[in-house]
Amino acid sequence: MKLELCKAFVRDVQWGKRTCLAGGVLQVDKVSALALFEGEKRFSSVDLDLARPGESVRIIPVKDVIEPRCKLSGKGECFPGIIGGPETVGSGSTLVLKGVAVVTVGPIVSIQEGLIDMSGPATEYNPYGQTCNVCLVVQPAKGVEKAEYETALRLAGIRLAWYLADVCRGAGVDETEVVEAADSVEGKAAECGADLPRFVYVCQAISQGLLHDTFLYGVDVKQILPTLLQPQEILDGAMVSANCVSACDKQNTFHHQNNPVVLELCRRHGKDLNFLGVIVTTEMMTLAGKIRSSEYTAKLARMLGAQVAIITEEGCGNPDTDICMNAKNLEEAGIRTVVIGNEVAGQDGSSQGLADVVPEMDAYVSCGNINEVVVLPPMERVIGDIRAIANVSGGDEKSIRPDGSIACEIQSIIGSTNELGISKIGCEWV
Amino acid sequence: MRKRVVLYMNQFFAGMGGEEAAHMPPEARTGLVGPGTAFAEAFGPEAEIVGTVVCGDNRYTEDMEGSRVLCLELLRSMSPDCLVAGPAFNAGRYGVACGDLCRAASRDLGIVAVTGWYPENPGKELYGNDVYAVPTPDSARGMKEAVPAMARLALRLLSGVRMGPAREESYLHRGIRKNFFHELDGASRAVEMGLKKFRGEPFRTELEMPVFKKIPPAAPVKDLRTATIALCSSGGIVPKGNPDRIRVSSAMSWGRYDVSGIDDLTPENYESIHGGYDRTWALEDPDRVLPLDEMRKLEREGVFGKLYDFVSLTTGTATSVANAERFGREIGEIFKRDGVDAAILTST
Repeated sequence: MKLELCKAFVRDVQWGKRTCLAGGVLQVDKVSALALFEGEKRFSSVDLDLARPGESVRIIPVKDVIEPRCKLSGKGECFPGIIGGPETVGSGSTLVLKGVAVVTVGPIVSIQEGLIDMSGPATEYNPYGQTCNVCLVVQPAKGVEKAEYETALRLAGIRLAWYLADVCRGAGVDETEVVEAADSVEGKAAECGADLPRFVYVCQAISQGLLHDTFLYGVDVKQILPTLLQPQEILDGAMVSANCVSACDKQNTFHHQNNPVVLELCRRHGKDLNFLGVIVTTEMMTLAGKIRSSEYTAKLARMLGAQVAIITEEGCGNPDTDICMNAKNLEEAGIRTVVIGNEVAGQDGSSQGLADVVPEMDAYVSCGNINEVVVLPPMERVIGDIRAIANVSGGDEKSIRPDGSIACEIQSIIGSTNELGISKIGCEWV
Repeated sequence: MRKRVVLYMNQFFAGMGGEEAAHMPPEARTGLVGPGTAFAEAFGPEAEIVGTVVCGDNRYTEDMEGSRVLCLELLRSMSPDCLVAGPAFNAGRYGVACGDLCRAASRDLGIVAVTGWYPENPGKELYGNDVYAVPTPDSARGMKEAVPAMARLALRLLSGVRMGPAREESYLHRGIRKNFFHELDGASRAVEMGLKKFRGEPFRTELEMPVFKKIPPAAPVKDLRTATIALCSSGGIVPKGNPDRIRVSSAMSWGRYDVSGIDDLTPENYESIHGGYDRTWALEDPDRVLPLDEMRKLEREGVFGKLYDFVSLTTGTATSVANAERFGREIGEIFKRDGVDAAILTST
């Protein structure tokens, strides 16, 4: 499978009469962009706002972040099963508006949304202070159930992201990244030779229900058995977040599209290792569900002949059991494992950071203590509603200080301890 | 300006004698004593040794309170910026004295304090969470390595620049996890670690697996019909309005509420504040998480003796194990006091 990621770099976003990309500036026609949501009865209000890197802007409460992408050639469409049909994606070429993100803003569960700052210390914790953000700010209509509202806002964000890429199809491409590997296990072995270690990537996706969900090709992941993907499919938006769990460690759709484990393994395929594929697995609510998925994951890895597995967690606490089971079952199958996760070590950093452990989990990449407190300076402008911080996980009623600054756990910052390992954060003994 | 350093040492290293001098009370000395010369050399021009506090090991450990007060007074009189105690190597009493004085000096005088321990020194076990220390060999043969390491750590702390990780700055960690930014992102670190692990090369996990305490379960209830049963939950159910302001996640507290007059939880009297799930159905009927209504039914039917009058409640999402353990201990003590025979814990 060969996928060309055709990146058009965007350094600024502005309102314009026509949505287009020229000279690195994305012009957004607000009227036609908002027309996408005409007749959407689940929203009482919909608005768009723009936030640029370096501005004194705080966006809160944020639900999801999506990178504008659409297919230029090849089968299907980005975000398969949601935009266009359910055809298998990952081949041909894809337009990526690099440097732009669609940010969906609006209260759903209120405690499970987070914040993005466009300047100041919070920008160290996620990529979204460096992107030009097109914010979709939404209020739910009266009487709409949370699950319905989540669905509406999820789809609205995806549609807006696809729309922005779709209307910019004619834009010049600044850089093309080719992600290519043979389709079959045999083909990959021929590319890599017998000496390179065979890697699989086990991507755990939250699938607990109660608004803790992930969609794969439009299918609710809690209804699947673990399944196998080519890495390129992930990059074309096969996985979409429907997730209202703590802001710091829920995988945004942006994270899936830019999955750093997939990209790193693809870049090293044929050089240092043989990347066999991605096993998407669940994080279920029930013990039976956890056992079923973990056993099945290990079986798939064995069928592929994997020797090393990189396992990524989503969320913390309950899914600690999934990383433990996967590490144990894979190690017992003779497959060496590395887990990427985070820690819940308390505000003073002195607590044990995991809710479940096994000795097999002896190679752990830590993406930070979610409870560490940061002070974020006041911002001149807020997109959304700053009062939301009182109810966001990691914040409380005392988070807003008299001078307008915010003291909160980094848990409140979207993607701050992302467990795909997209940022450089780590945790150390002091 | 040169920083003012005061050293602390025991009778032996100060040249006052061995066990026979171990009861000597704290005293201040000027001029360089014992390893003082080596310290002065290690500190170089950046700091000056302005004095030494000496105290017998037995004296300090047999009268901790009194010795500490006297040592602090002597320290104060020399207005130091920094206390360097030891190195204590694997000497138990000395290690404890160094740890105790370092902790007091940084807490009460607000100055930098540094010691040196062999990692198994009992002083580390007692004070290791509060005190900066370098690892040393187990005996005074390691003085040559310990002195420059302690001086380096002291100067590092005196510089006021944010302290780095223990493994990089070569000190014994204090059991605290802190966030830092690496050179590589997490995904690249993981792939690198996977390659090393596969090849059988040494690799460094970023979190050693902790060992969980195993709590033996209580003996089974002998006769349910006479038993008092308590309800507890980490499901975030609280009296309407959350009177004790329990956090929606990362809970720091738990609440104890009298339900003796309540047969049923309703949206009018109780609610869910939990930050980890969609609360729609818990808000509609809080009994779904904290089944008070069913417990009352069973109580009336005589299945068990009595439902304990109080429910013990908190939120379990992103709550640290240390806090959860404390809540459990506090709740358990009250249950024991009040003769609760068994408890039902509901989670979400």
